[in-house]
Amino acid sequence: MSDFIGRRPIWSLVILIAVALLLFLIFAVWTPWMELTFGRKRVFLSALFNGITLGGLYFLVASGFTLIFGLMRNVNLAHGSLYLFGGYVGYSIGNLTGSWFAALIGAFVIVALAGILMQVLLFRWMEGQDLRQTLVTIGLSIIVADLLLWGYGGDTFQVTTPDWLSGPIQLPFIVALRSNGEAVMMMYPLVRIAILIGAIILGVAMWLALNRTRIGMLVRAGVDDRDMLSATGVRVQLVFIMVFAFGAGLAGLAGVVGGTFQSLQPGEDTKILLSSLVVVIVGGMGSIPGAAMGALIVGLAEQFGSVYMPTYAVMLTFVIMVVVLAIRPQGLAAVRR
Amino acid sequence: MALAEPRFAIATPRSREGLAEVIARQGTGFWVVAALLVVMPLIASPFWLVQILAYAMILGMIALSLMFLAGYGGIVSLIQMTVAAFAAYLVAIFGDSAITQISLKWPWWTAVPVAILLATLFGTLGGALSVRTEGIYTIMITLAIGSAFYYLTLQNYTIFNGFSGFNGVMPPVFLGIDWGGTVPFYYLTLGCAALAYGVVVYVSRAPFGLALQGTRDNPRRMAALGFDVVAHRIAAYAFAAVIAAFAGVLLVWYQRQVSPGTGGVGPVVDMLIIAVVGGLSRPIGPFIGALVYVLLRTFALDLLDWVGFEGKRYQLLIGFGFLVIVLFSPDGLIGIWQRLRERYRKSREAQDAQMRTGGGAP
Repeated sequence: MSDFIGRRPIWSLVILIAVALLLFLIFAVWTPWMELTFGRKRVFLSALFNGITLGGLYFLVASGFTLIFGLMRNVNLAHGSLYLFGGYVGYSIGNLTGSWFAALIGAFVIVALAGILMQVLLFRWMEGQDLRQTLVTIGLSIIVADLLLWGYGGDTFQVTTPDWLSGPIQLPFIVALRSNGEAVMMMYPLVRIAILIGAIILGVAMWLALNRTRIGMLVRAGVDDRDMLSATGVRVQLVFIMVFAFGAGLAGLAGVVGGTFQSLQPGEDTKILLSSLVVVIVGGMGSIPGAAMGALIVGLAEQFGSVYMPTYAVMLTFVIMVVVLAIRPQGLAAVRR
Repeated sequence: MALAEPRFAIATPRSREGLAEVIARQGTGFWVVAALLVVMPLIASPFWLVQILAYAMILGMIALSLMFLAGYGGIVSLIQMTVAAFAAYLVAIFGDSAITQISLKWPWWTAVPVAILLATLFGTLGGALSVRTEGIYTIMITLAIGSAFYYLTLQNYTIFNGFSGFNGVMPPVFLGIDWGGTVPFYYLTLGCAALAYGVVVYVSRAPFGLALQGTRDNPRRMAALGFDVVAHRIAAYAFAAVIAAFAGVLLVWYQRQVSPGTGGVGPVVDMLIIAVVGGLSRPIGPFIGALVYVLLRTFALDLLDWVGFEGKRYQLLIGFGFLVIVLFSPDGLIGIWQRLRERYRKSREAQDAQMRTGGGAP
């Protein structure tokens, strides 16, 4: 951190000012002049929080995607299908058992199993053939999309939120002042906050697992040099299967999460796939911190875009991607090799 | 790029071969197919002529531009369908359509060249943006650019007319012929497809094409030899964009409408499927892939019903077919055909050899 400040004094200052400004915008009571320029504070704050929580969801999906890519060089274009599959599985389990946690865990396990099957039956046999693997994932995504359409139809589903997570909570941010001087506090859905906290915990746990455990060491070594790792006697295939299972499971889990605060329907798979593509391109391929950064940027861009320039909201994320590509093609957080 | 690498039987460049020699070199199969295509209007019904063959040739041209990039340049770009859709949109915007408040009503001989020019520019720019990336990254970035275009057309109402797009885009009447008629339109697409095919075959043997294949096989060595690899790749994007743009113009005349769905994620991926199923190693591959694709799309419903399966599941059929081709024949249907021919020839040779040795001496 101090190293960064030493190397890039100007950028550090800019970032510092931006953060301070953001904190001011969040905590201050807005003056009429500010309301005039930025619109209502409530709108601004909810765009901010929606963006951050959406970023949490994107992080769940994209971290699995980037992990699989980083280790196996496999661009899993069926990742969106795994997400949707997980969502539907979670919906069914939730309906059967009535428990949200059972849905979450069930979706993780079942989609992880599907991921193991994909790795063992298909990708293992075409290692190092990037393009062929990608084509296979495209074929799979078409098949899975149609199978899901067959099984669940074209209706929109929503995973039921458990009672203790439903309803809004009060956040310590003043939205506006009433005429009698009483402060109106911000109300926000609890489930979104819970999901955000979950995503942060998961991200930290993943970072710890990657940097502090033996398995994490193997995975990092595999990302750096796969052949050398297998030459040292590590059973690389086992590591691959584990990573694929975990990445796929995360996608399934994210499906349930997304199904809780958004909805599940055909076409959602492509949408989520494109979002995680942009997240990973912006953040940098194969990097977990990059995925977090990219997810936050894309989530915020989508939400602020839809509030302040509704016509081109989706375009905004792609514009960000193009700018990042033009300036830093390897992504924001990736190390150039 | 493992799929695109092996066994490209690139003919060694012959010095200054004339057109006559090129024509004379073609095998009987080429002439049979060519003759069949020319006399097709006498045999086939209008439905087959336009809905199947002309449509397949248009899709084949777009897939051909993808094949040119992937097969000769080693660049798997998904942007080709977007270029075609952009050209289609421009024809509708500059030319005439039912959306009179947007369409500028230029005559077709200005609208079409401008559309092709701008679409080529778009394809080149997209190429320049994605050329910084390699291999598998290119797929992702071109896919992202394609979907950005899709969302732009979906959400912009002032230029692209949003969700509904443009309808009532009519093919021109020129030289006293209505090119929207069944037979003229068939010959128009046939002419364009044949031209595109010929140009791709020619360019693949021209110095530029050979240098491009060099950059595919070993970019570092080509750079060391003094070739500008990036410039060659961008030029390849530009060339492919021209073909895709022509196909886009034909596409809008064929469908008489253009909407965001024309360049959606589905069609973008379909182009890759068509090119891969046909085979990325030869320019004829995409056309075969397109024909198979169009036939499947048209008749899968009846076919599935006929075998007692629900007809709505044709997407499943396409997915499985694609998966099987990718898994078992990396160079597509062309690869299967070549392997069969090879096996046949080998068994013939083995037979001949056996005959000559007198077959089993003792």
